[in-house]
Amino acid sequence: MIDVDFGLDTFGDVPSDETGAPVSHARSIRQLVDEAVMADELGVDVFTVGEHHRAEYSVSSPETVLAGLATATRRIRLGSGVTVLSSDDPVRVFQRFATVDALSGGRAEVILGRGSFTESFPLFGYDMADYEVLFEEKIELFARLLTERPVTWSGTTRAPLTDADVFPKTEQGLSTWVGVGGSPQSVVRTAKYGFPLMLAIIGGQPQRFAPYLDLYRRAAEEFGTTAHPIGMHSPGFVADTDEEALEAWYPHFKVVRDRIGALRGWPPVTRSEFDREVASGSMYVGSAETVAQKMARTIHAMGVGRFDMIYTSGTQSITDRLRSVELYGTTVIPRVRELLAEMPARPAVVTA
Amino acid sequence: MTTSTIAILGAGKLGTVLARLALAAGHRVLVAGSGDPESIRLILAVVSPGAEPARAVDAVDAADVVILALPLGRLGTVPATALRGKVVIDAMNYWWEVDGTRDDLGDLRTSTSELVQRRLPQSVVVKAFNHMGYHDLDEGPRPVGAADRRAIAVAGDDPHAVATVSALVDAWGFDPVPAGSLHDSIELEPHAETFGANVSAGELEEMLERFPSTLRGLEVTLARS
Repeated sequence: MIDVDFGLDTFGDVPSDETGAPVSHARSIRQLVDEAVMADELGVDVFTVGEHHRAEYSVSSPETVLAGLATATRRIRLGSGVTVLSSDDPVRVFQRFATVDALSGGRAEVILGRGSFTESFPLFGYDMADYEVLFEEKIELFARLLTERPVTWSGTTRAPLTDADVFPKTEQGLSTWVGVGGSPQSVVRTAKYGFPLMLAIIGGQPQRFAPYLDLYRRAAEEFGTTAHPIGMHSPGFVADTDEEALEAWYPHFKVVRDRIGALRGWPPVTRSEFDREVASGSMYVGSAETVAQKMARTIHAMGVGRFDMIYTSGTQSITDRLRSVELYGTTVIPRVRELLAEMPARPAVVTA
Repeated sequence: MTTSTIAILGAGKLGTVLARLALAAGHRVLVAGSGDPESIRLILAVVSPGAEPARAVDAVDAADVVILALPLGRLGTVPATALRGKVVIDAMNYWWEVDGTRDDLGDLRTSTSELVQRRLPQSVVVKAFNHMGYHDLDEGPRPVGAADRRAIAVAGDDPHAVATVSALVDAWGFDPVPAGSLHDSIELEPHAETFGANVSAGELEEMLERFPSTLRGLEVTLARS
């Protein structure tokens, strides 16, 4: 059986306090420290914070948060999920993450992505018309920076570099993934650079993504790069009982989903759509046993080597969130490992 | 229409799902991405096995019906001359997060499919496959008469083309629901209740019926009066 890593991911959703009122962005960020510290103590493998530029979320600068977490935690890997590389400078991204890597003793990892939200484009003066070329050029430059040798580069999206040496150097290289939401071209691009693939599976049956895993492996074979174990992330929430989890989660999920949906032209989500996602789609909401059973089924069916749960969704209470992290670490992860050990072995995963 | 050739322009999430649906129904399927066919060969082989990569003009030339499944903002890249005389299914939506904010695409007086028809004056444009999410399309096909069969709305100005596309929708596993003219197809766009609909024909018909009384419907009526 393939070794599986377990993570917790968040965009730093603004939770509500004891009175039900949303807390400040500042307190939301401090809340992440409490949750990451708990996850670290409970043996969760990785904690990621994703970049957004919207009022609902407190994390616009993931690596600054990660730098704080670096000195407050001991073992847990610290990642961004994702860093919107298209609207950032690859040189600065490398420098900031290399710094987090130093502070954390080699625990930093960056997940590069194009982002499904594109608020960063107008904010930083980028044109959506350049969506493709920005990512294409910047990931190419980033791959070269990861060699940690002087880089000579020119393109259309940033100033050229001539023998540019970039600091700080890391001790063992910077772990870099690419987050992909469902574009087959992005899967192929990830394989081309030999980066590990992180699939965002936020709706529908997860098995629908199985061809993407195959595509990643076959593309890596064609390019002669390494096909790493694949990661996936999906939303979830754990409470003491199924009913408690559903009732505590749904209203908060609905508020944020409908607010963002309204911008995209989706009608409001219905309870039956939600129930379907929980039953057979990509939401891992319920008691520890329910969530563990569902995670184990998915991990086994997909053959992924990493499962991250997006553990925040809208204005949940701080108490519910902490409890969810606690149950995930103490009960869900050990139970998933146990269930996976009982399942028949899958055909060997191609790793080179 | 059992073995006709379908060309799909766009090899992304939607294009590769539509290719699978068409292949399952027994069509020859040609898919064109934004560049060299070679760059999508592997993607099609794994994700939509059986679909053939082609340049857009070649795919269109060989096709009986062409589906536009690329970002609407890239409409300017479709080969208008090659599309002359073809039935063209517009499965696209105005998605500002990809296309940027565009006043022309957001103008309630015209549907985006009317803009597609204007850009392709010698083709017959029909709106279909735009309102259902690509993963619902992927999971959704059911045989005729299945109790849980879902519906796809079809809108167009040419009754023959609408009939052709409706027959495809049916053959690919969905109940076709007539949704009026291209001008009316704003009822299938983002911000309409039908947008994202993964429901039965009866429910979809009800959504279309009540469109004028929804907030969006009132906005459209106002803009068009």
